Amino acid sequence: MALLTFRGGVHPDDGKDLAKDKAIVELKPNGELVYPLSQHIGAPASPIVKTGDQVTRGQKLAEAGGFVSAPIYSSVSGTVKKIEPRMTPTGSAVNSVIVENDGVYTETEYEPVKAFDQLSKEEILKLISDAGVVGMGGAGFPTHVKLSPKEPDKIEYVIANCAECEPYITADYRRMLENPDELISGMKVILKLFDNARGIFGVEDNKPDCIERLEELTKDEPRMEVMKLKTKYPQGAERQLIYATTGRAINSSMLPADAGCVVDNVETIIAIHNAVMNGKPSLERVVTVSGDGVKEPSNFKVLFGTNQRELVEAAGGLAGEPKKVISGGPMMGFSMLSLDTPITKTSSSILCLTKDEVAEYESGPCINCGRCVDVCPSRLLPTWIAKYAERLEEEMFVKHEGMECVECGACSYVCPAKLQLKQSIGSMRKIVLANRKKQ
Amino acid sequence: MSDNFNISSSPHIRARVTTDKIMLIVFIALLPATFFGIYNFRDQNAWIVVVVTVAASVATEYIYEKLMKKKVTIRDFSAALTGLLLALNLPANAPWWMCVLGSVFAILIVKQLFGGLGQNFMNPALAARCFLLISFTGRMTNFVYDGVSGATPLAQMKAGEAVNTMDMLLGYTAGTIGETSVIAIMIGAIILILAGAIDILIPGTYIASFVIFIILFSGHGLDAQYITAQLCGGGLMLGAWFMATDYVTSPITKTGQLIYGICLGVLTGLFRLFGASAEGVSYAIIFGNLLVPLIEKVTLPKPFGKGGEK
Repeated sequence: MALLTFRGGVHPDDGKDLAKDKAIVELKPNGELVYPLSQHIGAPASPIVKTGDQVTRGQKLAEAGGFVSAPIYSSVSGTVKKIEPRMTPTGSAVNSVIVENDGVYTETEYEPVKAFDQLSKEEILKLISDAGVVGMGGAGFPTHVKLSPKEPDKIEYVIANCAECEPYITADYRRMLENPDELISGMKVILKLFDNARGIFGVEDNKPDCIERLEELTKDEPRMEVMKLKTKYPQGAERQLIYATTGRAINSSMLPADAGCVVDNVETIIAIHNAVMNGKPSLERVVTVSGDGVKEPSNFKVLFGTNQRELVEAAGGLAGEPKKVISGGPMMGFSMLSLDTPITKTSSSILCLTKDEVAEYESGPCINCGRCVDVCPSRLLPTWIAKYAERLEEEMFVKHEGMECVECGACSYVCPAKLQLKQSIGSMRKIVLANRKKQ
Repeated sequence: MSDNFNISSSPHIRARVTTDKIMLIVFIALLPATFFGIYNFRDQNAWIVVVVTVAASVATEYIYEKLMKKKVTIRDFSAALTGLLLALNLPANAPWWMCVLGSVFAILIVKQLFGGLGQNFMNPALAARCFLLISFTGRMTNFVYDGVSGATPLAQMKAGEAVNTMDMLLGYTAGTIGETSVIAIMIGAIILILAGAIDILIPGTYIASFVIFIILFSGHGLDAQYITAQLCGGGLMLGAWFMATDYVTSPITKTGQLIYGICLGVLTGLFRLFGASAEGVSYAIIFGNLLVPLIEKVTLPKPFGKGGEK
């Protein structure tokens, strides 16, 4: 069978060999843990503890601030030290609950879970919502909202995003190799919500071992299928993944559910498994620490709230003099001023690079070469809309479909004039969205 | 506490290709044709035309940018490339002042006055050639080969004379410095394609539509010898592979490039068969350049997922 894919895209050096063969190591945090109250899309969570409170591991620190929101739990036992704004990986200060770890890890007594067969759909959704599960691939959209479309019967595909198309990151790869049962169990949970859906695991063909393992484990699951995807960035972007696996195309005004699809990434599906099968809140995730600026690239299972510096130290510390430290992947991640930010629900990776390729190149004039047009997965004219963006020509920007941009960064990556196309377009998109809200 | 790492918007990695590298690749790809031309017209010291034109183009860019207190951009190789392309489009016996005049016209008028690299709406080298062709028609079309003044193969064909296609393929004919050897040009074209500098789409549709046009309208029908001679003669190969593919003056979308290639093929056929001159590539491409904004306007791509529900 031909490999499934989409039109456009780029092939950056994937750097995955650095951490690919490093088994997941559990990391216990030292010192304080920082829980930003907004680590998801939607309303911030509202704190229900106060300074001085004793908390146990798994105790709720903050309640969901609405339907599109998610609660936040303590991943350690200890004392609430403070509630104050702290710097997050994206560079903004967010109100956070700070817990001093007592190192005992006294667990909360969770409510016993009902057998899976006896759970109703509503109960499943409530378990997921109560556990604070959000999209852990980077967007942080509350999962229970995604799993509650208007017409659940019309969902035909539940797609597990196993593409992991960002260079360097190997967290999902290790999860698929080491915890495939949890992934498949999580898929079973989601499929129970959608009677007419099939489950698809979309895996890039640079992970043949994962494909083989998942195929083996799902061979007796009539509703599940593993699909091989071409290795190409951004294969794991939601719209591109849906197109590759189902042939359906959605645009910016549609949700995956409009095309009968629900997409969740590996780590999120495992969190769903934990929430429903074990009745446990979302407390931890796997994070890749990699790049040439770190001594021993590794994959760690870490508790939310852990200081990122602790992960780098556990990975042998910084090597050389890293110019750039990124939370997430090199294509869409956030560069961080400092390592002193917490691991949140959406932290998939810490990447330390000794070379800052952005700073090394000087940008020049556009020569109309069309490379950005060729690679744009949304089939736009990036150089044109970036020009409209720079001139703040909102009308032309929208007319030339600037709002369809998914900000994958393929245009900036490939530009020979080293223009910051994605940055210009992304900024203009924010302005347009803000103006629309005003009206 | 702050580690002061660099901050910038994503993506944090970049492809290795740069504007300078692309220009350099095209420059290198032109060298086979350049060296063949210098050898072919050694009796007329063609090397002087090449050196003077390249030097004058680079100097014009440097002086203009210095005078205007702009950043000097001669290191991006684009001025040198324009100079080389212009030289290859000149007869070997062109006087030095014509080389300089053409260079100044290309760099100053066509490129810099419109805003520099990326802003010109015509290919500077070709615009300069056409400027010289109109201003000094006699000198620009007085081709000397092997010590005798003679017609180019295309002119001979237009007059109904027989031509030697093997000589045209190899390049042992009269013509401008860089246009005569199809083999040398094709070596360059292969370099361009292998290096990823150009797509085959524009030259492919250009040449194909030109062939269809002459089959239909030349009166020679499917005469393979005539078609081959038309393909190998004049500036078609140099124009199709090196000038029609100029990024700045060709459409940005693939559909646009397809239409552009067809326009060039038809225009070249039209000028060659029905025009006063036997040659038509330069004018066809210049004219095609003017159509680019229009072509781009009608070939705006449809965004992914548009036209679906909602």
